[in-house]
Amino acid sequence: MTTASIDHQSSGPPRTPGQGRKASRNSAGSSAGRTPGEGRMAALLLSPTLLVLALVIAYPLISAIHQSLYRAQSGLDADGYVTEGEAFVGLANYADLFAGESGHRFMNAFGNTTFFTVTTVLLETLLGLALALAMNRAFKGRSFLRASILVPWAVPTAVSGLLWRWIFQSDGIANTLIGSEILWTAEGTASKLAVIIAEVWKTAPFIGLLVLAGMQIIPEEVYEAAKIDGAGWWRQLGSITLPLVKPTLLVAVLFRMLDALRMFDLPFVLIGPGKESVETLSMLAWDESNQLRYGSASAFAVILFLYVAAVAIVFVKVLGADVTGAKQLGAKRRARKANRIQKAEATQ
Amino acid sequence: MTITDLRGLAASGESPGRASGVDVRPKQKRTWRSYSVYLGLALIFIYCLAPFYWMIVSSLRRTADIFDNTLLPQPFSLENYAKVFDGSTMFGQALLNSLIVASVTTVAALVLGIFAAYAISRLNFRFKSVILGVIIATSMFPGISVVVPLLRLFTDLGWINTYQAMIIPNLSFAIPLAVWNLTTFMKQLPFDLEEAAMIDGCTKWQAFRKVLLPLAAPGVFTTAILTFIHSWNEFIIALSMINDPAIQTATVAISKFTGATEFQAPFGEQMAAGVIVTVPLVIMVLVFQRRIVEGLTAGAGK
Repeated sequence: MTTASIDHQSSGPPRTPGQGRKASRNSAGSSAGRTPGEGRMAALLLSPTLLVLALVIAYPLISAIHQSLYRAQSGLDADGYVTEGEAFVGLANYADLFAGESGHRFMNAFGNTTFFTVTTVLLETLLGLALALAMNRAFKGRSFLRASILVPWAVPTAVSGLLWRWIFQSDGIANTLIGSEILWTAEGTASKLAVIIAEVWKTAPFIGLLVLAGMQIIPEEVYEAAKIDGAGWWRQLGSITLPLVKPTLLVAVLFRMLDALRMFDLPFVLIGPGKESVETLSMLAWDESNQLRYGSASAFAVILFLYVAAVAIVFVKVLGADVTGAKQLGAKRRARKANRIQKAEATQ
Repeated sequence: MTITDLRGLAASGESPGRASGVDVRPKQKRTWRSYSVYLGLALIFIYCLAPFYWMIVSSLRRTADIFDNTLLPQPFSLENYAKVFDGSTMFGQALLNSLIVASVTTVAALVLGIFAAYAISRLNFRFKSVILGVIIATSMFPGISVVVPLLRLFTDLGWINTYQAMIIPNLSFAIPLAVWNLTTFMKQLPFDLEEAAMIDGCTKWQAFRKVLLPLAAPGVFTTAILTFIHSWNEFIIALSMINDPAIQTATVAISKFTGATEFQAPFGEQMAAGVIVTVPLVIMVLVFQRRIVEGLTAGAGK
């Protein structure tokens, strides 16, 4: 990984002594390089976190899979709560996804989710790159710009939905500015466009910020060398900047995609629930559970989870997005090992 | 990318001439370029702030001239703000609820996150990278997949319309965020000081509490800001778990603003409420912008 090695160079010297000492301490410990007490302490410190995550992640996942195999047979009791009348229906909730009226609604929501994810992430990436390039060249007023770029990020999505709903009113400022009479917040293509515009406004600066951080660790010497070799601005962009920010960009795009796949607040507030042209998988699952059809709601939730997981796996395994910094850790470990061997040789 | 690098760059940001990349070009072109850079920056500035500015301006108009398109409210009026707090919408209560839920979520995630991050960054144990990977993977879990099953569980427990029905599901995104950020920060702190303290007779716990924790305080603070902002902005959990206006959070409350008449949406009040919900965050962003950028880029920009 290129950026990792640059990173090591720039912050290398102060770290090495600490690592060297740590390595020697480790090798002095048990044969596995760790003391038994440490493992117990780690288990003690990690168990509360893992316990809570088991409750809020593992339990819902298992429960959703289980729930998706059942279907409510009766209705509501006098208080409006679900009655105990559920029958095991096997994969019927999943089979329904591909047939009939509910199947149509699911396919529509699946299509909308995919469409919004692809279009918004693509636009955000292009715009974010442009923002980062512009900010990287600006030296005066950079912190001022950085503050203003954080404002769309800080506006709660629900508030931004409300804000754009106001802008996109039939007699609102958007129509006045472009001199049209488009019904942005009703059903139809215009409402899809409204969601995309509002989403890109809020999140492109975020990508820009991450990419800017990636650009700032590219050493100036690389550009100097390219300049001496006669490379122009475009050539520098294509051969230096883009390849070197690629790891950062991949992680940023992955997170944006996972976020876009679970999009809920924005179309919900901007256009409204139950609108066919903007209904996403999250909105559909929410609506189903609101109707107390937990079986199909769980099936939608499971499908969305699988979709998100598949995208994450493709990014990490195929495109090599370094999410956990594991590659960097591996590099460090190898360096540490080499250090240890060197030391051992020196003492012999 | 390490935080220190970013800080160093930010501090020396004025000098390194990346713009010198165009030095070879003729002089005329250079001035044209510098103008275009400033034009680009102005465009970014307008792009980021114009919608937010429009929200503020609209909130300061009277109901009668809410559809005006002037750049400044004429006449200036606080009518909408008065209406938001006149008691008919329980908006003040909703703000308080948001504050309670976001604060408790942040504190809980920080306490659990500090211990977990300490273990991951400082101790040697088996399956370390697997556990870190699992914790990060949980942050990708879609909110609705948490909400549907827990809605059912909390209905059975009688927890609907309680704070814990929001706080516990909030931990599903707050804990991964906190653990990840804190681990990144703690990994960058030198081991030497703790080891020195332990050689001087401190126990591991004392070294953690008296040496590492004060050193990690900036990282803890940054993590706290990020977690708080995320919890403050949370929508789908609060929308699903709560149907009593006395318990609902501010983001849900403003999405449900209906106003006196059913057919005319009270946009002025909505904008005023939106401004009130957003202003604390914008102030935090302006005051702590450097820390927030550090926190956001720490995870992605290694």
